[in-house]
Amino acid sequence: MKSLTQVKGPACPLGLAGVDTDQLIPARFMKRPRSEGYGGFLLHDLRRGEAGVEKPDFPLNRPVWRGAEIMVARRNFGSGSSREAAVYALADHGVRVVLAPTFGDIFASNAVKNGLLPAVLDEADIEDLLAALAATPDLPVSIDLAEQTVAWGNRAVTFAIDPVWREQLLNGWDDIDVTRSFAGEIARFRDADGARRPWARPSVKA
Amino acid sequence: MTAVTMTAGTPESGSQSEAGPRTLFDKLWDAHVVVERPSGDALIWIDRHFVHEGSFHAFAQVAGRDGVVAEPGLTFGIADHYVPTRGRDHIANPEIARMIDDLEANTARHEVTLFGLNDPRQGIVHVVGPEQGLTLPGLTMVCGDSHTSTHGAFGAYAFGIGASEVAHVLMTQTLWQKKPRRMRITIDGTPAPGVGAKDFILSIIARIGADGARGYAVEYAGEAVRALSMAGRMTMCNMSIEAGARCGLIAPDETTFRWIAGKPYAPKGAALEAAIAAWRHLPSDTGAVVDREITIDASQIAPIVTWGTSPEDALPIGASVPDPAALADDARAAAMRDALAYMGLRSGQKLSEIAVDRVFIGSCTNARIEDLRAAASVLAGRKARVPGLVSPGSSQVKRQAEEEGLDRIFIAAGLEWVESGCSMCVGMNGDSVPPGERCASTTNRNFRGRQGPGARTHLMSPAMVAAAAVTGHLTDVRSMLEGRS
Repeated sequence: MKSLTQVKGPACPLGLAGVDTDQLIPARFMKRPRSEGYGGFLLHDLRRGEAGVEKPDFPLNRPVWRGAEIMVARRNFGSGSSREAAVYALADHGVRVVLAPTFGDIFASNAVKNGLLPAVLDEADIEDLLAALAATPDLPVSIDLAEQTVAWGNRAVTFAIDPVWREQLLNGWDDIDVTRSFAGEIARFRDADGARRPWARPSVKA
Repeated sequence: MTAVTMTAGTPESGSQSEAGPRTLFDKLWDAHVVVERPSGDALIWIDRHFVHEGSFHAFAQVAGRDGVVAEPGLTFGIADHYVPTRGRDHIANPEIARMIDDLEANTARHEVTLFGLNDPRQGIVHVVGPEQGLTLPGLTMVCGDSHTSTHGAFGAYAFGIGASEVAHVLMTQTLWQKKPRRMRITIDGTPAPGVGAKDFILSIIARIGADGARGYAVEYAGEAVRALSMAGRMTMCNMSIEAGARCGLIAPDETTFRWIAGKPYAPKGAALEAAIAAWRHLPSDTGAVVDREITIDASQIAPIVTWGTSPEDALPIGASVPDPAALADDARAAAMRDALAYMGLRSGQKLSEIAVDRVFIGSCTNARIEDLRAAASVLAGRKARVPGLVSPGSSQVKRQAEEEGLDRIFIAAGLEWVESGCSMCVGMNGDSVPPGERCASTTNRNFRGRQGPGARTHLMSPAMVAAAAVTGHLTDVRSMLEGRS
């Protein structure tokens, strides 16, 4: 996994609350192999009008924010379905950080697994940042993961992130490699548990 | 409106549990910790893992590492998300056909049992797991599907995960987890006839918000919960994710044990007796502390319907469409205006006057035999004014419903009776609501486009959907229950 330390550049103010993963990528696009790239499906139905034509006033369609690596949203970003494809769509579109007051639990976990930072900012800070971006669309925003700060204009605020996730993102650590280093503990647990909870395995004869 | 009291707990207090009385969740957690890191997260053992057609991303990750499935005996494949509900002999859509073939190939390669397209056990994973006896109290259960919370109804720690975590479980049978905080929602009292589990959970989500349980394991307790059937309990736990919860839980009791006895993969005979003896220790100890406590009076809950594009946008059927002008917060008012525009509703309109174009009875939330009976009891001898689809939760539920004659009631009412799958809940298998049409639905999500691009979804109970089918508009089912069971 690619590590993430600092990101600086334009930030796309999505400004919506409750952007569920069905909005991030509608289910009908998830049949494709990841290798084909999921970036084009990001926010597909919100970005486009009825004939599939992009709405020019939708933030992600505005030239200034089209390539933004940072996205700013209101509460409960990524709620709903566990589809990791929602993170693939963001990552393949080039988004590396999402700033929001709260995230869907499963989405945030999926994000970290793919090197995307779900940074939790106070609601008031999000509102200030959205207002600043409304006034100055190309305002550069800087994110420093080691320092846990977001800076724009003359403001710098801290964001929250689970400390384990922070380490993982900073170092680009892969869960499976870490877990495999505990293979002995897992095998011992498995054996002891089989004796302790014999009912926990499916009955052999269905 | 619902009488609710809330106590905010300390946010960081979720971690201590070993000493003193423990909650159901604490016991589940403690029994599965393989190792704990100083940072507070733990590697936990997973007892059951379900994969489906959408899990192809995870199998691709396993293949990319030349990995193998660590515990094929604890892993079960089920075709549900993409399966067509009609014309299964020949699947016209090549992408869907490929996904179903991929699931067969991946499960075969890794020697994982598959309940495939033509298996009599096929159905929606969260209906099939329990009916096959794979869902048991005291287990940890995961699936690449957020509604895995359903299985918590048996006193299991069950939650949805993403593809990378699916790959992790496939290869290691474990997952890294941070212990969630504990919330208990107690529902006391007796609900009015026609009011049930779906109304309970929708009123809870409306009250605490779509992220109100974020970071919590939510245990449902109280006499109204104890009185629920396993189907009702599954409906409540199923929609815990719509309040943002990590999982939903209900302590196992005699209702649970009776339900499990005789299920194919469940322990049998002396093994079952020993298991039940162990499961009796699972309910929360007296004096066990939770981080947040909510109490609700069941007698105050009316049938609930949603009006907006989030499950928190829910109100009793007697209410009217809310007014954004009444909101102090500009952003929230704008969001409500957007939702009402998408839904094609105007403020002040009575919910019971909203006309629907079609109905859907199905999904992991409400397509068990009890749900179909509830809908059929309203539809018996009546005609639907709008078209609709009934997709049973599993092939087994379908057979049972046909034995009971429920299929004939639906068909006589003018609804379509089809095979089992996720169907019109998720709009990716061929069943969808056309753009701009309004659907009364027993499902779990009224998100924009969830049932198809431009679809307008109103969530409610199976009985309420049946009532809407008969009148052609959202309707208080209580007025239609006279003389019916």
